[in-house]
Amino acid sequence: MRIFSYIGESLKLAIEALRSYKMRSILTTLGIVIGVTTVIAIVALIQGLNKSFANQISAIGTTTLYVQKFPWVMNDRQFFTYRNRPNIRVSDAEQLKEMSKLAVAVAPTLATRQTIKYKDRTLESVIVFGSTADYMETSNVVPEFGRFLTETDVKHRRSLCVIGSEVADKLFPDSDPLGQRILVGGRRYKVIGIAEKKGSMFGQNLDQMIIIPVGVFQTAFGARWRSVDIEVKVATPEMLEDAEIELTGIMRRIRGLKSNEEENFAINKQSQLMETYKSLTGTLWAVAIGVGAISLLVGGIGIMNILLVSVTERTREIGIRKALGARRSDIMVQFLIESLVICAIGVTIGVALAIGLAKLIASTTPLPASITAWVAFLGLVFVVTIGLFFGIYPARKAARLNPIEALRYE
Amino acid sequence: MLIELHDIEKIYEIGTVQVPALKGINITVNKNEYVAIMGPSGSGKSTLMNIVGCLDTPSDGIYMLNDNNVSDMSDDELAEIRNREIGFVFQTFNLLPRASALHNVELPLIYNGTPAAKRRKQAEEALERVGLADRMHHKPNELSGGQRQRVAIARALVNSPSIILADEPTGNLDSRTGEEIMEIFEDLHDSGNTIILVTHEEYIAEHSDRIIRLRDGMVERDEAVMERSA
Repeated sequence: MRIFSYIGESLKLAIEALRSYKMRSILTTLGIVIGVTTVIAIVALIQGLNKSFANQISAIGTTTLYVQKFPWVMNDRQFFTYRNRPNIRVSDAEQLKEMSKLAVAVAPTLATRQTIKYKDRTLESVIVFGSTADYMETSNVVPEFGRFLTETDVKHRRSLCVIGSEVADKLFPDSDPLGQRILVGGRRYKVIGIAEKKGSMFGQNLDQMIIIPVGVFQTAFGARWRSVDIEVKVATPEMLEDAEIELTGIMRRIRGLKSNEEENFAINKQSQLMETYKSLTGTLWAVAIGVGAISLLVGGIGIMNILLVSVTERTREIGIRKALGARRSDIMVQFLIESLVICAIGVTIGVALAIGLAKLIASTTPLPASITAWVAFLGLVFVVTIGLFFGIYPARKAARLNPIEALRYE
Repeated sequence: MLIELHDIEKIYEIGTVQVPALKGINITVNKNEYVAIMGPSGSGKSTLMNIVGCLDTPSDGIYMLNDNNVSDMSDDELAEIRNREIGFVFQTFNLLPRASALHNVELPLIYNGTPAAKRRKQAEEALERVGLADRMHHKPNELSGGQRQRVAIARALVNSPSIILADEPTGNLDSRTGEEIMEIFEDLHDSGNTIILVTHEEYIAEHSDRIIRLRDGMVERDEAVMERSA
């Protein structure tokens, strides 16, 4: 009971002290505000970016492996070495499909950018994929209208195409594309299907594309110098690892590699990108959080400084309180509460500002920033840690004052 | 016996030099006594006052207050004793400048955990007793010197302590106001309080029943006051 009446008194005192020295309190609080805002805004930004990155790469399936000439992540030197690797051919994909037990779909894929036309409308920089019927599964392209390419279409090299929703919208704003013929690189292709909307990945519109049979692609845009990407889909994400081993073995056999020879192809998957992203951004975040932490530290030192001043100014008051029966712990609590109150105000404002800042960033830039409920918890942690850590020294100093000397203090 | 001081010594160490302030003080004070402690500066009366008020502990000797040996208590134990047994009235009032009269009087009750409502009631009663019922919500700087000292007396009273310890309570007041304050002390004495008054003014000391004169850290004389000057 005693402690409650005393905490009440301390709270009153702390607020009174803050009121009597407004400017000083504002400046001290500002230190904490800046620190907390920085830390929380940075953390929100990190979370937002991570979420956004995960979203971005979600278009790359978690059950798909990509057998390619180049790995997705490499440096310049590696590029110049890997450039000499033999290209991957469509026939490699066919063999691989035959030999693999884990693959449920195997699609050799080629891609290029072309301008496509329909009547007087043109659409530039459309990605043209050349692939097989399996592409529907490996890249998860679902025809919303019409149908996808079949094995027969591919085998007979029919001039057919499945178009992305963006192509459909832009070339056929007010007519049905199905059955129409679009012009790509001097050839006409009949539209047999329109794919579902997929969104974008790394600023690339995944709906501004068309898919044609791989054989047709090779005839139209050249084959010899192009290396094929083989997309391989497995049944579940858990099988990815086994499949990678299996595919490596098969590819080595197809390419006739001896056991002491290095692989001259790469097997890529989504998790590689995530890992690379993390390793690239990890240091950056550590630095950013470090900066935030330093500003919090500075804010904390500000609190300590002001409390020390306050202890000196109120030496006599402390003496009076001790004469009237205040114990060391009572005086200690008084100053700790003052410290906590400053922190609480600072953290509250800081969190509010950080939320505002995150919203501002999210609405004015493409960078997403998400603040969630845990921020309130983080704020509480800040209040208690900073308040106690930087309050303890001044509070102890006050508590240990000799009452006689304190009473005499002018 | 309320206060028993046995061979109280106090030695201050200033650097390597030992300065004796009290050299074996023996005093006993009974309940409801009104005692004045006098002496020139340097006689040790402040030191004695601090020890009696449990703000300090003696270097040697035994101090029994209400049958408790307070000579070697810890800081916190002394704080509790001060809160329960002693009401201080200082020369410089020592009120909290930003707190109202009422809040100042409530302070000792805050430290013994009296619930808020009861605290307020007791503080109001104490202020009424010193004639400040209409000044409860004023801050010290809105009160006259005499009124401030009354607030301090109310604060000393509020906890019904065993001793009221007044250190030059009229030192900062004009003589008329000083007399008014002394009248309050007399009333308190008449209603059963024990009062110890430290002063260097003979006419103030004569309000008491007994004067203890100190010189060079020792009791020079300890005698009853025969007749009241008033």
